[in-house]
This record gives sequence, structure tokens and C-alpha cells, in this order.
Amino acid sequence: MTEASKPPPPVLRVENLEMRYGSTLIQKDLNFEIAKGDIFIIMGGSGCGKSTLLKHLIGLVRPAAGRVMYGQTDYWAANEQDRANIMQNIGILYQQGALWSSLTIAENVGVPLQEYTDLSPKDIKDLCAFKLQLVGLAGFDDYYPSEISGGMRKRAALARAIALDPAFLFFDEPSAGLDPVSAKLLDDLILELRDTLGATIAVVTHELASIYAIGSNSVFLDPVSKTMIAKGNPTEMRESSNDPRVLEFLTRGNSHIEG
Amino acid sequence: MHNKTPMPEVTVHKDSPSDLTLTFTGDFLMTEQRPEVESITKDFTPELKTVSCAGESLTKWDSTLLTFLMGIQDECNAKNVTFQVTGMPEGVQRLLALARAIPERPGTRREITRSSFLEKTGLATQRMHKGSESMLAFVGETSLSFGRLLRGNARFSKADLWVHMEDCGPNSLGIITVISLLVGAILAFVGAVQLSMFGAQVFVANLVGLGMIMEMGALMTGIILAGRTGAAFAAQLGTMQVNEEIDALQTMGIPPIDNLVLPRMLALIILSPLLVIYANTIGIFGGALVGIFYLDIPIQVFVERTFQYVNPWLVAQGLIKGSTFGLLVAFSGCLRGMQCGRSASEVGNAATRAVVTSLLLIVIADAMWTFIFIIIG
Repeated sequence: MTEASKPPPPVLRVENLEMRYGSTLIQKDLNFEIAKGDIFIIMGGSGCGKSTLLKHLIGLVRPAAGRVMYGQTDYWAANEQDRANIMQNIGILYQQGALWSSLTIAENVGVPLQEYTDLSPKDIKDLCAFKLQLVGLAGFDDYYPSEISGGMRKRAALARAIALDPAFLFFDEPSAGLDPVSAKLLDDLILELRDTLGATIAVVTHELASIYAIGSNSVFLDPVSKTMIAKGNPTEMRESSNDPRVLEFLTRGNSHIEG
Repeated sequence: MHNKTPMPEVTVHKDSPSDLTLTFTGDFLMTEQRPEVESITKDFTPELKTVSCAGESLTKWDSTLLTFLMGIQDECNAKNVTFQVTGMPEGVQRLLALARAIPERPGTRREITRSSFLEKTGLATQRMHKGSESMLAFVGETSLSFGRLLRGNARFSKADLWVHMEDCGPNSLGIITVISLLVGAILAFVGAVQLSMFGAQVFVANLVGLGMIMEMGALMTGIILAGRTGAAFAAQLGTMQVNEEIDALQTMGIPPIDNLVLPRMLALIILSPLLVIYANTIGIFGGALVGIFYLDIPIQVFVERTFQYVNPWLVAQGLIKGSTFGLLVAFSGCLRGMQCGRSASEVGNAATRAVVTSLLLIVIADAMWTFIFIIIG
């Protein structure tokens, strides 16, 4: 939890990653690094493979070629034990929340705690209540996912993602389906969690407001050339990029007016 | 770097009768043995006014520190004591503020209440009443839809009908073959054990023929359809309910009953008699295998005996039963699918309830038809 003064080392590195579904190429030649404390944005138009890239990072899909390095460990070359250690340090917020519908909100948050810690049932209950308070769902412990609204489900899923105080957090379209105020609150929450928990965060999104508000680093995927065409801080990218495809995206297609 | 993690500890220092300082040391992590909130709060005296925290010697911390602090904070609030966390790391202070930022709305929390036997019975009765009401409503809507079909203005696509017919017909032939073959063979074996005591094993052929045609062919087909097609109907319609696809049809002015239920019901009504004929044939073949190879009955004799007492009316009885079962399976599957709730686990429930309802209705209908056929003669 201490702040480092020198540039932090990369905690996640992607090397020459190539992604395919069967024989269909999704993206190739992906190379980027995510530093500790970064909020890393994976962006690009619809269908460019953003969510697929996320699935490769979190170990759901095996890359067709290339490596995903967590620190010094190559995820796909690691043994079961190392993989389990990495997974335990990852929290994921799925696009639709992916809460288990047969469990209450608190039980959902408690699953990783039960699985990975030796905490007593009372400690787990307290921790679940605390995580739900953090995301603004105080008192909703005993509700089932079907009984709360979409925005609340998303926040409950966030509480589950941060249950184990993970070092990495992955968000798939966190603000999709939220009203602008809720989306802004979620962005603030993401920043707050980065600062207080010291987590490194990767976000798949195409919400421009979010991208500028929270992104410290990013990669831009292009669906036509099937590779990354830009990386770096999104705000700087908007100022300095010469690529019309990137500018088009980052200015909502208004680049020619602003220029 | 230390290789042994320092134990998390909280020391209580009494600065004055009204002031306490809690000093936190070590690694406050979920993996460590942490002190209990009660071990601190039990020393709170009535004179106490302020509790402050000092966290300079904390080496590591995670969320368990926060739940610990919140426990103490709650206790302080209850006793009107000021709780100061300014001495804690900044992240701790901010998280604590964040957790307290949105207070619990009154009335949110659920009271878990135990209901009495009487209450449960009452609720179950009410549910049953509601259930039969919605079942009747569904019967009504389906009848209206069939009415529209007869007048020629039901809105469904013929392509859908073919897809469903393919799924419940040709695609279920495999399982029907296996089960009918074995049921026919079992009938023959069971008959053989008894009949051979009287040297009358030749009547096994009559038993298999009548048994399959009057009862077992239709019943087995009904049960297979219930497990295979009825459950699938409920799951399909349930998933559509979850995805709001049924709402989409409704708002487009297409009656979901016409578009979804009608083709499924028609498919099963058309196909189940054909499946019953198939099941009868295979079942008799299974029985024949046992009769010919195990009981050494000559083929001609077996065939002759099988159809000795079989007349078109008996075959029709089997087909009537089979069609009824098909209708009931489609009805239960569609009913439970349309009643499905809006979550993933509800889809599973809908499939289960579809099978249970189908089987129940099949057995009731079987008993009724058997009774009616006996009365008619």
C-alpha cells in the first residue's frame, strides 16, 4: 500500500498475443504493458475483440500464439498452483454482473472468501456487509439478484470482484446500461478503489467520458487491420495522434470540426 | 523484507478517564489471527468520551482492518463516544468514509421470519389457487389460438412448425427405438416366466402385441416426449421470457401463444400418433426377438399370435392415448415455459415443473382413457 516514487514495474505484460476463434483471426501482434496502479483502458469499435482480449487476460481463453505474463509468470505455461495463485489475485466484473442467481447478494460476495480464506462465518458476514457498504448497497445483504435493479446488480458484482482485495481488477463494460450519474459514481468508485486498495485495473469500455475520466494508459484495437493501432494515455492520444481512425473514435467522429 | 509476518495487535492506552487511544501494529490481514472487536469494546466505561486510533506502526492491512474499525465505530456510536481515525493511513480513512457515505435506507434490511405450519399451509393453498387460475387462463388462450388456427388467421410461421416437427419426430427416433425395443423384450420376459409354468409360453406373442399396442407404446412415447421435448419447450420459452423476447413479440402485436405455443403443440399433436405406431412396431419386434430366440417360438406362429386379437379399434385406442399424451406434454411444457420467472435459475425450475406436470397429466389421462374404453367395450 505504499506509494513508489520511481516508475512502477509492469505487473502484466502481453507479448505478441494472437487471438483466434477457430480459424477466424480476431487480433494479432498485441504488445503492451500494464504498470502497477494503472487504470488501463482496452478500447476500440464494436466487434474489434475487446472482450475477447479481456477473456485472454483472465485465463478464460487460451491464446493462439504469444504470452500473457503476470509479473514473471507466463500464465499459460504455469502449473496449476501458480495459476490458482494468479486467479486468486484477480477480481472480475462481468458485463451482465454474472451474479449467481440462486445465492443472495451477500452469499455471492462470500463465495470467494469461503473458497480462499479460513475466516469464520461471522468474519465473512462482516466483510460481505462492508464490501456492500463500499459499493453503496448497505442493507441489501439478503436480497436475491433478481430482486434488485440492473445498476445495483452491477455494484453487487463489483463487491464480489473486490471481495478478496485483489491486486488486479478487470471490468468488462462497467458503465454499460447505467444512467450517466450512476456511471460517473462507478468511475469515482473505480478511482477510489485503485487509490485505497492499490489495485491495478483493466477496463474494457467505449464510453468516452469514462475513458478520459479514469484511464491512465490504454490500447486501441482496430477491427479492420486486426491489430492494435495506438497505445498510451487516452487524453494524450487524442491530442497527439495522427491516425484518423483513433481520432474519429476519441472525438466521436468530430475530428474534422475540432481540427 | 521480513520472512515472518508480525502478528496484528491492538493495544489500548488510557490517556485519561474520558480518552482512549488504540494503537495498531503488525499485519492486519485476513490470513492472520486478528483480535476480536469485543476484546476492545468490553473496556469502554461510561465516562468515555473519545476513542482515537494510531496506525503508524501498521505494516500491512486489508479489508478486515476496515470491518474491525467499523465494529468499534458502531459500538462508539451506540454509546455516544467520538471515534477518530485521523491517525490511520489515508487509504483506511477514505475507505471508511466511502463505506459510510451511503447510509442504509431504513426498511431495506430483511427480517428473516419463521412462518408457522398454519401460515405455510395457507400460503400453499393460495399458491395452488393462483396456479390453477393461470393454468385455466392458459387453456383459454390456447383454445382461442386454436380457434384462430381453424379460421385460418393464426399468426405463426410454417417454418417454425417444421423445425419443431423435426425436433420431436426424427430427432427423437433414436431414444424411442432403444426404449421400445427393451420394453417389448421386458414384456416378453416377464410373460415368459409366468406362462412357461403352464407350458403356455406361446401366448407371450399375444401379451407383447396387446401390451404394446393398447398401453405401453403410447405410455412410453408419452414419457419420452415429456422428458425430451416437454422439458425443451419449457427451457426454450423460459429463456425467451428471461431475455424479454416474449415481451418483444407482444409489443409487436404478435400473440406469443400463436407464434410460440401453437406450432409446438401442433407439432406434437401431429407427430405423437406416428411415434406411437413406430414405438409399437419396434416394441413388438423386441418381444419377437425374445420369443423367437429365447422361447423358440417359430416366426410364423409368433406373428400370427401377435395379431390374433389385435383389431383396428385397439390400435385406435393406443393412438388416441398417444395423441392425448402428446397434447398434454406440449401443454405442460409451454405452460411452464410461459410462466417462467425472469432469472436463469427459474429456467431450470420451469423445465423440472414441465416434466413433473407432464408425467402427472399423462398418468391421469391414461387412467381416464382406459376406464372410458372399458365402459365403451
